[in-house]
Amino acid sequence: MNYIIKKEKNYLIVSVIGDVDISLTDSLREDVDRALEEYSVNRLVFDLTEVDFVDSSGLGVILGRYKRVTAKGGKVYLAGAKPQVKKVLDLSGLPHLMEIYPSVGLLLDKIG
Amino acid sequence: MNKAVLEFSSRPENVAFARVAVAAFVAQLDFTLSDLEEIKVAVSEAVTNAIIHGYDNNPDCMIKLEIKIVEEFMEIEIIDTGKGIKDITRALEPAYSTDPERMGLGFAFMQSFMENLNVSSSPGKGTRVKMSRRAGTPGGKTVSEQ
Repeated sequence: MNYIIKKEKNYLIVSVIGDVDISLTDSLREDVDRALEEYSVNRLVFDLTEVDFVDSSGLGVILGRYKRVTAKGGKVYLAGAKPQVKKVLDLSGLPHLMEIYPSVGLLLDKIG
Repeated sequence: MNKAVLEFSSRPENVAFARVAVAAFVAQLDFTLSDLEEIKVAVSEAVTNAIIHGYDNNPDCMIKLEIKIVEEFMEIEIIDTGKGIKDITRALEPAYSTDPERMGLGFAFMQSFMENLNVSSSPGKGTRVKMSRRAGTPGGKTVSEQ
């Protein structure tokens, strides 16, 4: 399993594991979109704690979900990126669009 | 000169194979782990472009990868024989993408993480992405390890 999707409080938390590239993005995109519909939540958290690698394909999934969620008045958060993942995130500009927290626990403590 | 040549199917699962193979080969140079992570991103972007744009996601085409090491210098070429790029200048612009689900940052990441990037393409014939970097020289932004 490369990702786990669960609802916690009023958040949909997507915990991704390992490498995020085009071998994963189609299924990740479809499953997150389906879960957003099924759980009827508009606050989405990408937990990147266990992500070892991400490229622009993976970031595209996050950006696509950001557009979708914010269009309905929701918010997207990022949590737990390792240094090599944070470097790619910073270069992409995504942190200007969404809040980043060191971990999901800290995120939920602060805004939950 | 030390050289490796790989040829593999244009399948999404081979993107990881390509970047890990390159990292393993160039690890004989004095690259840090952070450098190798950057090189992996650049390779991933180039191979992904070949699959998605060059071959329109057709998994039955072939991508060629050549890696050369000369002293402390490494050069990577990713070659496809797909549809090619009509307007390379526009394709190289950051945030240019033909797909709303993609960031259009593939070439920007390659430029950031490599010292030199050269893209040559002929519509209908394919695309050749050549990128190089010297060991011990930061390719782009540096981030301290935690």
